Amino acid sequence: MSRYFTKEHEWIEVAGDIGTVGISDYAQGQLGDITFVELPAVGAEFKQGDAAAVVDSVKAASDIYVPVAGSITEINAALEDQPELVNTAPDAGGWLFRVKLADAGELSGLMDETAYKAYVAEL
Amino acid sequence: MTDPENFADDDEVVEAPPLTLPLDAWHRARSARMVEFAGYMMPVQYEGIIAEHLWTRSSAGLFDVSHMGQLVVSSEAGGMAAAEAALEALLPADLSTLKLGGLRYSLLLGDDGGILDDLIVGRWRDAFQLVVNGATKWDDIAHLREYLPDDITLSHRDEHALLALQGPEAAAVLSALDIQPAMPGIVPPEALSFMQAGPYLWQGRPLGISRSGYTGEDGFEISVRNEDVVALADALAALPQVKPIGLGARDSLRLEAGLPLYGHDLSEATEPVSAGLGFAINKRRRSEGGFPGAARILPLLADGAATRRVGLALQGRMAAREGAQVFVGDHLVGQVTSGGFSPSLNHPIAMAYVDAAQSALGTQLEIDMRGRRLSAEVVPLPFVPHRYFRTGAAR
Repeated sequence: MSRYFTKEHEWIEVAGDIGTVGISDYAQGQLGDITFVELPAVGAEFKQGDAAAVVDSVKAASDIYVPVAGSITEINAALEDQPELVNTAPDAGGWLFRVKLADAGELSGLMDETAYKAYVAEL
Repeated sequence: MTDPENFADDDEVVEAPPLTLPLDAWHRARSARMVEFAGYMMPVQYEGIIAEHLWTRSSAGLFDVSHMGQLVVSSEAGGMAAAEAALEALLPADLSTLKLGGLRYSLLLGDDGGILDDLIVGRWRDAFQLVVNGATKWDDIAHLREYLPDDITLSHRDEHALLALQGPEAAAVLSALDIQPAMPGIVPPEALSFMQAGPYLWQGRPLGISRSGYTGEDGFEISVRNEDVVALADALAALPQVKPIGLGARDSLRLEAGLPLYGHDLSEATEPVSAGLGFAINKRRRSEGGFPGAARILPLLADGAATRRVGLALQGRMAAREGAQVFVGDHLVGQVTSGGFSPSLNHPIAMAYVDAAQSALGTQLEIDMRGRRLSAEVVPLPFVPHRYFRTGAAR
């Protein structure tokens, strides 16, 4: 499995043709206390960079963009009652949705973890 | 994700680089996230907005509000009578009933009755003090300089910082600091009633302390010289009941308290009656008029305004944000001016201006957020009851 990152601070971890999407620890820290997550419908199709979810914090609402094109196969139902999982476990239990990749080639445009860490360090 | 660093006022056009306030390093040493607000670098949060919010409601929060404008209006030639008359020409307050050490909420009004700013006016022995919003203080100063007569002196006390200590433990915290009245006849700060103020000394340092705030809790606002503010903030924050609180929680606290925020819930396009601030037009001024916009405002006080600022309690967990439109069915009836998640109530709340016909308590409305309809009900303001301290004897 390998994990990729976007400049907009989403991560996608790919196993086979399924990618699990979340936001980075840096992103949850910037957002602050998360109070609500609006997730896409299972089966919904998105192009790379489309807004697929909304993370609502005390401060503001932020769109979450799909790192690569595909259709939604699963959403993290635990977030309905525990949106704070995105704060407490952004890399694991706070994942948002899973997407069936339409074009794995799009992953090559994303950053790996080392490149992302360097990118965040510059912000 | 979209950039969440949009806390700073979008309306604010600040060309110059942001200024720093005397506690800048103090905040950074406490891991505050600093953002630009009203032209200054300000702490938006330390440990997190919800934790800071709930701490203030249960203990005592320390806020740096040094960006606010502390203005003094006096007249050497005409004394307090001249200063009073000059201010009454610009504000709808009856300053003749404002006692020494008393504070009152008032409004700086334009000629058309539009709200230029909201402020607190206080009477000192030899001057009036105005505490105005940070984002509007330069415009306020320009307005006052233009409209105050030549024999009136306006000074900007920018050599003073301003701290707010807010919460149920605020009085106990302040009484632990050995603060002495600066002159005879002044009660200890913890004996002040809500909206009273006085001069004090702490370790020989002058403090102006008022029992007031912007959270709905009991609390104090403390004007302190810039060179003394670090020592005072250190002494307060050293007490176990006190934590520093950022602008983020200040906003969620004031929203729960139903208090409007200038630039969002109030603007030059709103007048006091639709804003629900008719109480700021004091009784004598209602009969006599003579304040800016009286010709427009007095009939509205008698007949009611076409729109009203209301509180909305939302169903679900998605918050409505400023600018969201409010509907009854397909009929647009208003707009949200402030909205967010209420940490105390654990559901989203909002303030909106709606048509008067839809402003009654219990009215069911819908808010459009990104194409989704959120159900909302008109509820009383404040959302969370005020807990101001009022001494029976003093009032």
